[in-house]
Amino acid sequence: MGFVRTLRAAGVPADHERARGFLSALAHLDPASEQDVYWAGRLTLCAGPDDLPRYDRCFAAYWAGLRPGPARPAMTVTVTRYTATPAGAREQGAESDSNVLPATASRIEVLRNRDVTRLTEAERAEVHRMLALLRTAREQRRTRRFSPAAHGVLDPRRTVRETIRRGGEPARLRLRTRRFKPRRVVMLADVSGSMAAYADTLLRFAHALVRAEPRATEVFSVGTRLTRITAELRHRDPATAMAAVSGAIPDWSGGTRLGEELRELLRLSAARGAVVVIASDGWERGDPGLLAAQMARLSRLAHRVIWVNPHKGHPGYEPLTAGMRAALPYVDELVAGHSLGAFEELAERLSQ
Amino acid sequence: MWERTARAADIASPAALAALMEQHDYLAGEGLATAVFLALKMGRPLFLEGEAGVGKTELAKTLAAVLDAPLIRLQCYEGLDAAQALYDWDFARQLLHLKAAEAAGATDVKALEGEIYDRRFLIARPLLRALETQPAVLLVDEVDRADDEFEAFLLEVLSDFTITIPELGTVAAAVPPTVVVTSNRTREVHDALKRRCLYHWLEHPSFDREVAILLRRLPSCTEALAGQVATAVARLREADLVKPPGVAETLDWTEALLTLGATHLDPDLAAATLGAVLKYREDQQLVVKNGLLRDG
Repeated sequence: MGFVRTLRAAGVPADHERARGFLSALAHLDPASEQDVYWAGRLTLCAGPDDLPRYDRCFAAYWAGLRPGPARPAMTVTVTRYTATPAGAREQGAESDSNVLPATASRIEVLRNRDVTRLTEAERAEVHRMLALLRTAREQRRTRRFSPAAHGVLDPRRTVRETIRRGGEPARLRLRTRRFKPRRVVMLADVSGSMAAYADTLLRFAHALVRAEPRATEVFSVGTRLTRITAELRHRDPATAMAAVSGAIPDWSGGTRLGEELRELLRLSAARGAVVVIASDGWERGDPGLLAAQMARLSRLAHRVIWVNPHKGHPGYEPLTAGMRAALPYVDELVAGHSLGAFEELAERLSQ
Repeated sequence: MWERTARAADIASPAALAALMEQHDYLAGEGLATAVFLALKMGRPLFLEGEAGVGKTELAKTLAAVLDAPLIRLQCYEGLDAAQALYDWDFARQLLHLKAAEAAGATDVKALEGEIYDRRFLIARPLLRALETQPAVLLVDEVDRADDEFEAFLLEVLSDFTITIPELGTVAAAVPPTVVVTSNRTREVHDALKRRCLYHWLEHPSFDREVAILLRRLPSCTEALAGQVATAVARLREADLVKPPGVAETLDWTEALLTLGATHLDPDLAAATLGAVLKYREDQQLVVKNGLLRDG
């Protein structure tokens, strides 16, 4: 049981039910054999390939009698989260401020077109509040499932049922039609050094997307490595979500290796049939040739590729960075992402 | 001589199971043998994940052969619903029956209703069929392709091996089938489903095992050729490919080479048969450009 607790602390989802499975698996094997214990635990306690290296580490450490301090990994996360809380506290303070000074339409209008990097603290809080309120609709996709409808094709099951109910008289035809579902959106948010000023706003926009359609949105942060942050963004409160995200992203303000990360994404097959939103300035640290090849594959797999570049909103912008030029031929739409207005426009695009 | 089949209860250890599977030309590693052994003993579904072509589906087929049980396969796809996976009523026959009863002058509506919803008008789809057949091996293939709705009722079936049919009652399995669920990990499967299963991540086989598999599956293959092919495939897996070849591709490739009468792998033959092992144009170009098959 101590072993199970060690695993849990290391992030393996070894819950109570799995622990019970582990014990009953041991009953069928030889508990004195290290091999048998290893496999019994790996088969019952792990839930995915990410768990396997963690499991191997814990197993080796535990049976060597080391028992790694179970609290340590959990502590690191807590600390990171706390460092990020002041941002949340500040925002709540600002919210009460704006209650005192009601935002007028014209003030919002001015804010809407201002670059987010040139805002004061209070204005930034206001923009964040507006972003959290942003309601994003989705493009709809036809599924293979049916639901009853007034117009459509014949629904044999319900028609026969109706007929049987009426004693074999085919009295009324029942119809059905294809059901619709929101099309999935996959967003890649660049958190590298060159995008540092925009990263916070981007992630808040991503939060609004996840909140609107939790089951049809995937968000990844890109920098030096690809990190899935969808789960962290599911928190209702933007401040909590941002704190969780800042704890989860290991590579803040590093470089960008978008090519390699796209390949990782394509390997996960997350992009098939989805609307892919890439938010980056295209300062590619890696090989632009690789980026171009991966973008080509992405454009064939994805339903639509939208590239959000904060600098696009600045007058006189030309896509000159090597990464941007490599990617451009495969991008369906290149849009700005520097202000509240630009994000509202992007949300509008996602619903078409 | 080893027995080729055995009842689940008679298999004493993972090693014994591995030996039985070898009789059916499936070489299982220690981990996989333990996984299958526990699945049989604990009556839990086995959840297999891994790259495409590492032998997930093949395992279920072998298991069915070992247990001498029918393999019931449910191929998942998006939009798979209860009528396709559990059961469906045979409407055409129900209507015919109704007409016949009418012609015979039946008037008792209640009795007629009972006749209509009878077991003989029920079409058993894979999940129901697996509960009614004993013993059976149920293969739920590529569960990641189905959608969330399907996962929900799969969960219900796999947790207590019963299916409730409103008009008929509950169907329960006297002996739960052996269940193998496979996933290519194109989508994260819900944790509630995984929790009820034994989880095993299937890796590409080691060099020695791959050679052994080739020799076993393709009797006309020489040891030299098998070694060369396994070396080449191992190199391809290390190269940066869109789709690294699995065991299935290795077998296809070797078979293609044997069909051409090859006794050893030379670059020209390899280039000519590359389509059997690499299925993406980008991958083929990369391999040709970097000369990965030279001195192979």
